[in-house]
Amino acid sequence: MEVRGARAIGRVRRVNGPVVEAAGVDDARMLELVRVGEAALVGEVIKLSGDRAIIQVYEDTTGVRPGEPVVGTGMPLSVELGPGLVGTIYDGIQRPLEALRATGGDFIGRGMSAPALDRGKRWHFTPSLAVGADVAPGDILGTVPETARVEHRVLAPPDVSGRLSWMAAEGEYGVEDAVAVVETASGERRVAMMQRWPIRTPRPAGRRLPATVPLVTGQRVVDTLFPLARGGTVAIPGGFGTGKTMTQHAVAKWCDADLIVYVGCGERGNEMTDVLTEFPKLVDPRTGRSLMERTILIANTSNMPVSAREASVYTGAALAEYYRDMGYHVAVMADSTSRWAEALRELSGRMEEMPAEQGFPAYLATRIASFYERAGSMETLGGGEGSVSIIGAVSPPGGDFSEPVTQHTRRFVRAFWALDRQLANARHYPSISWLDSYSEYADEVRPWWEERVGPEWTADRAEMVGLLRKEVRLLQVAKLVGSDALPDSQRFVIEVCSLFKDAFLRQDAFDEVDRYTSPEKQARMLALVLLYWRRGSLAIKKGATFVELRRLKAVRDIVSARYAIAEGDSKAFDRVAARLERAIDDLEGDYGR
Amino acid sequence: MAADARAEALRRELAAGREYLGLERIDGPLVFIKRTHPVGYRELVEIVDAEGRGRLGMVLDTSEDMVVAQVFEGTQALTLPGSKARFRGEPLTVGATRRMLGRTFDGLGRPRDGGPAPLADSRSDVNGRPVNPVAREYPRDFIQTGISAIDGMNTLIRGQKLPIFSGNGLPHNELAAQIARQARLRDGGSEFAVVFAAMGVKHDVARFFERSFEESGVLDKVALFLSLADDPSIERIVTPRVALTVAEHLAFDLGMHVLVVMTDMANYCEALREISTARGEIPSRKGFPGYLYSDLAELYERSGMIRGRPGSITQLPILTMPNDDISHPIPDLTGYITEGQIVLDRSMYGRGVYPPVAGLPSLSRLMKDGIGEGMTREDHPRLAAQLFASYSKVKDVRDLAAVIGEDELAPLDRRYLEFGEFFEKRFVTQARDEDRDIERTLELGWEALGLLPADELRRVTEDDIAAHWVEREAEEGA
Ligand SMILES: Nc1ncnc2c1ncn2[C@@H]1O[C@H](COP(=O)(O)OP(=O)(O)OP(=O)(O)O)[C@@H](O)[C@H]1O
Ligand SMILES: [Mg+2]
Repeated sequence: MEVRGARAIGRVRRVNGPVVEAAGVDDARMLELVRVGEAALVGEVIKLSGDRAIIQVYEDTTGVRPGEPVVGTGMPLSVELGPGLVGTIYDGIQRPLEALRATGGDFIGRGMSAPALDRGKRWHFTPSLAVGADVAPGDILGTVPETARVEHRVLAPPDVSGRLSWMAAEGEYGVEDAVAVVETASGERRVAMMQRWPIRTPRPAGRRLPATVPLVTGQRVVDTLFPLARGGTVAIPGGFGTGKTMTQHAVAKWCDADLIVYVGCGERGNEMTDVLTEFPKLVDPRTGRSLMERTILIANTSNMPVSAREASVYTGAALAEYYRDMGYHVAVMADSTSRWAEALRELSGRMEEMPAEQGFPAYLATRIASFYERAGSMETLGGGEGSVSIIGAVSPPGGDFSEPVTQHTRRFVRAFWALDRQLANARHYPSISWLDSYSEYADEVRPWWEERVGPEWTADRAEMVGLLRKEVRLLQVAKLVGSDALPDSQRFVIEVCSLFKDAFLRQDAFDEVDRYTSPEKQARMLALVLLYWRRGSLAIKKGATFVELRRLKAVRDIVSARYAIAEGDSKAFDRVAARLERAIDDLEGDYGR
Repeated sequence: MAADARAEALRRELAAGREYLGLERIDGPLVFIKRTHPVGYRELVEIVDAEGRGRLGMVLDTSEDMVVAQVFEGTQALTLPGSKARFRGEPLTVGATRRMLGRTFDGLGRPRDGGPAPLADSRSDVNGRPVNPVAREYPRDFIQTGISAIDGMNTLIRGQKLPIFSGNGLPHNELAAQIARQARLRDGGSEFAVVFAAMGVKHDVARFFERSFEESGVLDKVALFLSLADDPSIERIVTPRVALTVAEHLAFDLGMHVLVVMTDMANYCEALREISTARGEIPSRKGFPGYLYSDLAELYERSGMIRGRPGSITQLPILTMPNDDISHPIPDLTGYITEGQIVLDRSMYGRGVYPPVAGLPSLSRLMKDGIGEGMTREDHPRLAAQLFASYSKVKDVRDLAAVIGEDELAPLDRRYLEFGEFFEKRFVTQARDEDRDIERTLELGWEALGLLPADELRRVTEDDIAAHWVEREAEEGA
């Protein structure tokens, strides 16, 4: 990370889209950040050979000519870390988009730049250590209220340890001002609130911790059937329009992470606008604060330069790790990792590398693996605990999951929320398939659930999963002979599953009550469906018919519970359950006991 | 700074004056020129043939020893020694002005109607620049198209990009023209314009649209950019960019609401494939280049609204799906970029349904923010969801009927069949000049649901049922 200062390192020899070849290069470093041409476009050295350097340029190269200068900065492509990140929207290489608009207008031009962290802004710094204290990497030197809900912890950088020889007094400071000086083995190190970190290097942490606490998303199909753990990884594959982005948005809004890093990677401009306009208005059910106060946005939309798209997921990962190191639980959404992989493919093609499957470079799998590796629940260097969870959307061509990006991703994630075209077409949202999805965290988070909502949860969940499996077989038969031909006991299985889909699995992202469901409410809703199942099956044994059971008015109460019963209103659940029991009692009464 | 600008202008002038006699190589749409002065990436080049006729092209790859350019107007009859190359020192630009409305241009933006080139108010790079995501305004205004399948189920929003996925011989042109004719905001008119870009379609398609605009008396609000089937195929790569550059001027500089109709995107993609193949690039699917997604996004993302500016660009691209295959890269990648799609269905058309808008795969993603209370009607979102859900069961029942015979169907299943019939024949079907208002559309939707028992309707509330649902028997012959 040492800065060798700006120096000319060569001149442009060839321009082929975002890939520029420089000649006369004898002093460039691999992965060094460079400025290309008269417009000083941001680029990165990705290959060196003889006196040639291949540079990936993060901006539109229109107009760049051979012979133009290439200037090295001496630094790798890095992010600025410090207070001011939260609530901000950046592009893929951390240029603040609001600032760019303020200076450059509504359209993004070439060579525009602005510092990621506002240099003029003063932050209120409160020291946490006193002069003379021993300082190790990751120790908290002081704190800054970054937003009303995020306390920014200024950490000793990973390469700084020694004795604290000076500490700033509590007060207002800019991000570049020194707030501490540490006497290290190799001399004094001045520490400011702002630090830099190369985006492609994972930040160091202590040991990995087991993933036993779920990242509660408030999305029922996820939390109950296919849970994600804090520090876990999940992929959301699905064809166009099946609901990847909506699912990502829902999780970003309602999950119980401390911080969200939302990376819009090669997707629509309007979707970022949607987040930008909606998040500030939404209130976090846990803290009562605006959701924007815990969100960092990275927007590299589909029409923005493709190499910055490649960088955007790393930028996101680096920011997430930084807050993890402060002891926070961070969730990263990457929408869509397929666009990122395609950026790799495009750049690789322009460099005339040998392709492997479907034109993707042979290193596709390792890149995907190393991205998801940046997730994890960790002991931080400072001795605390933090986590990065990664939720990656995958956009398989033609919706076919056998393509390389989906297949490789599957190898490296532990949960898979497969979106189903049929469900999406029937407007069953979220269209997460209960048949093709899985989560390896389900077992690990079970104790947490039992403790939180009660020991019956495990058996309830297992029973429901069993019914859904049974339904598949019954539906196959029904397809051939008509459901009429099935005995009532079997038709009732189909009916209960259909009820479960309508009353539980479906969740309306736009309904103010339905959009978020706490674990407690999820458990109650599940229990309600199972009550109907258990009592109903007995009633059928006693002679009641399937048609009578489905006509019960109480069934509508189960369907509407998701939006009609508010969080915490457990009495309402008691009432619905009691009414259902009574209705079935009556039905059974008709048949004599 | 001023000195810099002067030096730049001088350099451009000098460079533009320079001419290179002789081409190194011609390969399909590409020409290779050796040993030039430093030429900029994406710079405009004019290749002058032996007869002195110039053809425009664009630099795709530039280096010290070789420049590769694609020639928009084709390389036919060019010779290696006899051709000259002139570099313009800047990318292809187009001059835009309100005076382009009512006029017809070729695929590169030059008048095609015999009139003089209109005096431009602004001149910009046809490649455009990405809108800063923070500058966008989220589109929410409901456009009534008068077509139930769209207004009721796949609502069009002002500033949306909503393509029509069609197939050869299906009435996509009729539908697009009907939308263009009937589209209006509920609270009346603000200044609107239509920009029409034809890429590789036949003369009669262009004429059909022209006539349709003429008949509805809006031709003076329309700018046509035509690169037709007998025009050089590579020109198609520029045509939508020229059209969108003009649209951006009309919308974001002049504050107009612009509807951009682009047809046929499949021809555009094929031209792109042609170039990619000539360059020897590694293809991804079906020979299309790996950057097809990004390239299409460069076009489709040039739509929407910008904060603080009054205008909007609504895109209605039309594409024919090769073999009616929605998973083909052209519709697939389009669907991944646009905000939904209107899918036309051949079997529905065969059954006499117009417009044959497929019930399930069609989608409008911006619908959610533009319908409901205060915009259309309070029950609209749930009604639409219920229609989708119920219609999705129809297909299962039809499949079952095909196996066991219609007579063997359970009564409930039979009602689903009746519902499906009504939905397609009465709700979706309408005349080519029928302009239904949203109330009528919603009414018909409820009439369709009246064919199903209330306990089947789980997407609507009990209040909805009380307010709108009336149980009905299927009419004979419906
Ligand atoms: N949970 C949900 N609740 C309500 N509507 C939903 C939900 N999920 C998806 N939808 C509907 O489906 C549409 C498409 O969803 P979304 O944009 O998330 O798809 P996607 O998988 O991200 O598509 P693409 O790959 O093209 O980006 C949305 O615009 C919305 O209308
Ligand atoms: Mg999406």
